[in-house]
Amino acid sequence: MTLDELRQRQNPYGDDKAIDACGLFGVIDRSGRRLNGQIAIEAMANLHDRGNGLGGGFAGYGIYPEMADAIALHVMLDDQASRARLEEELQQDFHIRLAEEIPHRPVAAGSSVQAPPLLWRYFLDPQPGISRRPGQRVGQGLGQGYDQGRGPEHGSGEGRGHGFGSGDGGPVVGASAEYDPEFADSLVDFVMHINRDLPGVYVFSCARNMGVFKGVGYPEDIGEFFRLDDYAGYMWTGHGRFPTNTHAWWGGAHPFSLLDWTVVHNGEISSYGTNRRFLEMYGYYCTLQTDTEVIAYAADLLMRRHHLSVNEAALVLAAPMWKEIDRLPATARQRLTVLRRVYAPLLLNGPFTVIIARSGELIGLGDRVRLRPFVAASAGDRLYVASEEAAIRVVEPQLDQVWIPRGGEPVVGRLDGLAQAGVPGAVAASAAVARAQATTATTTTTAACAAAWPAARPSGRAGWGEQEVAG
Amino acid sequence: MGQARTHIEAQAVFGPLKPYLEPEFLVERDPDRCIQCGVCISQCSFGVHWFDVRRSQVRAEQERCVGCHRCAVFCPTGALTIRRNPSEYRPNANWRPEFVADLKRQAETGGVVLTGMGNDKPFRVYWDHLLLNASQVTNPSIDPLREPMELRTFLGARPDQVNPSASTSALADGATSHPVEGLPAAMVSVEDLPPALQLETPIMFSAMSYGAISFQAQLALFEAAQACGTYANTGEGGWPRPLRRFHDHVIVQVASGRFGVDADYLNEAAMVEIKIGQGAKPGIGGHLPGEKVKAPIARTRMIPEGTDALSPAPHHDIYSIEDLALLIYALKEATHYEKPVAVKVAAVHNVAAIASGIARAGADVIAIDGVRGGTGAAPKIIRDNVGIPIELALAAVDRRLREEKIRNRVSLVVAGGFRSSADVIKAIALGADAVYIGTAAFVAMGCTLCQKCYTGKCAWGITAADPALARRLNPDLAAERLINLVHAWSAEIKEMLGGMGINALESLRGNRDHLRAVGLEQWEMDVLGVKGAGQ
Ligand code: SF4
Ligand code: SF4
Repeated sequence: MTLDELRQRQNPYGDDKAIDACGLFGVIDRSGRRLNGQIAIEAMANLHDRGNGLGGGFAGYGIYPEMADAIALHVMLDDQASRARLEEELQQDFHIRLAEEIPHRPVAAGSSVQAPPLLWRYFLDPQPGISRRPGQRVGQGLGQGYDQGRGPEHGSGEGRGHGFGSGDGGPVVGASAEYDPEFADSLVDFVMHINRDLPGVYVFSCARNMGVFKGVGYPEDIGEFFRLDDYAGYMWTGHGRFPTNTHAWWGGAHPFSLLDWTVVHNGEISSYGTNRRFLEMYGYYCTLQTDTEVIAYAADLLMRRHHLSVNEAALVLAAPMWKEIDRLPATARQRLTVLRRVYAPLLLNGPFTVIIARSGELIGLGDRVRLRPFVAASAGDRLYVASEEAAIRVVEPQLDQVWIPRGGEPVVGRLDGLAQAGVPGAVAASAAVARAQATTATTTTTAACAAAWPAARPSGRAGWGEQEVAG
Repeated sequence: MGQARTHIEAQAVFGPLKPYLEPEFLVERDPDRCIQCGVCISQCSFGVHWFDVRRSQVRAEQERCVGCHRCAVFCPTGALTIRRNPSEYRPNANWRPEFVADLKRQAETGGVVLTGMGNDKPFRVYWDHLLLNASQVTNPSIDPLREPMELRTFLGARPDQVNPSASTSALADGATSHPVEGLPAAMVSVEDLPPALQLETPIMFSAMSYGAISFQAQLALFEAAQACGTYANTGEGGWPRPLRRFHDHVIVQVASGRFGVDADYLNEAAMVEIKIGQGAKPGIGGHLPGEKVKAPIARTRMIPEGTDALSPAPHHDIYSIEDLALLIYALKEATHYEKPVAVKVAAVHNVAAIASGIARAGADVIAIDGVRGGTGAAPKIIRDNVGIPIELALAAVDRRLREEKIRNRVSLVVAGGFRSSADVIKAIALGADAVYIGTAAFVAMGCTLCQKCYTGKCAWGITAADPALARRLNPDLAAERLINLVHAWSAEIKEMLGGMGINALESLRGNRDHLRAVGLEQWEMDVLGVKGAGQ
């Protein structure tokens, strides 16, 4: 999709940014047990009224176990010519292991799903030894249109002509860290290039063993359309959208994705301009003009490129108040001061609840004064986050624990193998203490919620298990 | 040619020339109210009021009146009214009265016309053409009376990332899981950060030197800075010993005259500022006449009593950008890299490129003073015709530093005619980290912008050289007014922030989305990086 097309579809009125509100849901099974996609559909159906039918979507992780080592690319295409253009582009850097239309049901009468584009998926192996030909081209694309069309020097493509050869496989449960940084950067560039330079092509997601399914319609109808009940994943997120200033288009729905990051988000970031300008200095250009994009880039910068822990990232994105910080013991106070000083422009200000996911990890975070709804719950190995408890109860009536996280307090769910942190079984005395710990201790801390989440319990309702996967 | 005389010789022969100017102000005394108490006589430092013994009546020699309103404010019965003289020349759009007056004055004196305070010409004030945003429906506004609202601001360089070395080593360990959890405790250490000032409000007091302002005025400014958790700048006139107790809230200046600069001066301060230029008189130096250099001023400036204190136009060790880098690092060495070093420049045409050079030269803070910045004394022709408005300079500098990806390396402080909290918050949205106020602080202490600061006769005791006049300013009371001003502005800033749904000032910094222009040309909106209202 060219930049003009993107602009036109995403922000037809040229507002500062797209404004929307919505309902959110996320679940992770810490043991890695895969849950049928129906769980996300049913949860989102119960949040129907938080959207207006102009966008719904899901992200599933661990859904392609047979293809786990291939990069799964989900795209929307305007027509067959767009597909030809894309495939030509893909063949230059990748070996296409499998190309097919994303399976879907015909749009039923009365369904809210509107005018689906061509939806394809590709499973790709990076061709070893092939270096990015026109690496700069991507960079230039990034620069265009920024800030009233100024300055091609913004391009981040410079010096990014890395080979695609280094990404050879990886564990089934991949994490962002599994990509080597150069490869990850190339992949980001590649996706940005496609999204901005190829007419009629828009990438939904591009990472191993995960995929984004989204479109125009109520989320439950979109899930039905994409046959999510045919998939099983250890982690799902869902989103129902209520946009106020954008025409409905399939690419504009959530989740937003970058590498294996996906973001679903309810809120309006009043600090958008400050965040965007800061991220531009690190080579991220917010072409979609959405808060969600800014959050994804901020997460990528902090956690992938700058290697901050989830807690530290949360302390940046939803920083504790200075009043709170000033009361902490010296070390903690100093660390928080450093984080707030260095990353001041990344503070997300304004009302939001966001679910950020990447392979093996689910992070829920609300703004620091809690202006948007956010509920977390645990049942056995499963951690849930959602806009409303109703979305969780409908799929898991028997919950071990339900709580409303404090503003700025991250709720983190992690696959067992991945969790180095966490104090299983120990319930932190209070969220405030946990937040203080998050800044004082280093290896032994995680958010209160992770701590409060018992290590081993009998599974909850069995109905969402892998064995239920149809066909 | 042989008959040509110099101005001095002519004066010797003919005596002073008769002024062809009418009084600027009329001093009107209501006879029904006046009780002949003579307060006006003692209050007027320009010798307007006098007691006519023969008539047993207070009278006024109004041609001397500068319109400072001291007498009118202090008259116990409110008998005095100071008005501009309505007497008019034939209207002429080209030869406006101000030009006529300056011509006549120069014809009498042969000198450069001096003035005080900032540019008073009707150049466009961009603050008046920018409107702020507020939240409605799609996001909630925040009530500062109920919710915390943070104005805390840091001035100093910021690294682009928190301790990359520790992160790299964690990566190299090749953990199969996320490399992020097991980072060593050293990862985030406060010592790794360059030194910075911490402000509780984004408002600081501008450089105003002892000598240009009275001891009492400087004391009041320092006291207020301390009470408000912010900073005041000594200006270039040294730092009187008795005022060193405010060291945690004092920024010292190193200007071309190097007055009062020694190791203690640098090391006792919170920040060191190299003064290259000043908005009221870019490109020219300063001159404190010997008569004003009395013992305490001489001691503070470290020059002999009675000698002229001359600040050269350029620093004579800075003839290019690399020389500036040398001075920056000399000062950092002298202060053991424990203090941020700022560089103050006037807003001139190439200010964006200049600022970028200053950032690369190693400064931690760049202060930019716009064309409306005040002064104790400047040639009027310079004050009114040199420099550019701070709004445009700020927008251009902030953009350039971002484009060059070095915005994190420096903080931006802007100065030059900030009249209200709205000007301040708009500056923050344009990309400033903090502002300096000078004139506004003066007005709070009593100043009425009579522009006679250079005479040393300030009737309000602010820029007075005469100790008797200077004593008119009670430092504690003046400080109270300043503290009230800063609190009032801070409260207003919080209200406006809350209205935008923002609860930390840092989230408005450079957030031009929250500004809209009215009545500006497209090129102006392009420079400011803002859209028009309704766009
Ligand atoms: S100079 Fe000031 S004090 Fe003197 S008469 Fe005029 S207004 Fe009054
Ligand atoms: S400081 Fe004094 S002399 Fe200067 S403008 Fe103000 S009132 Fe007049």
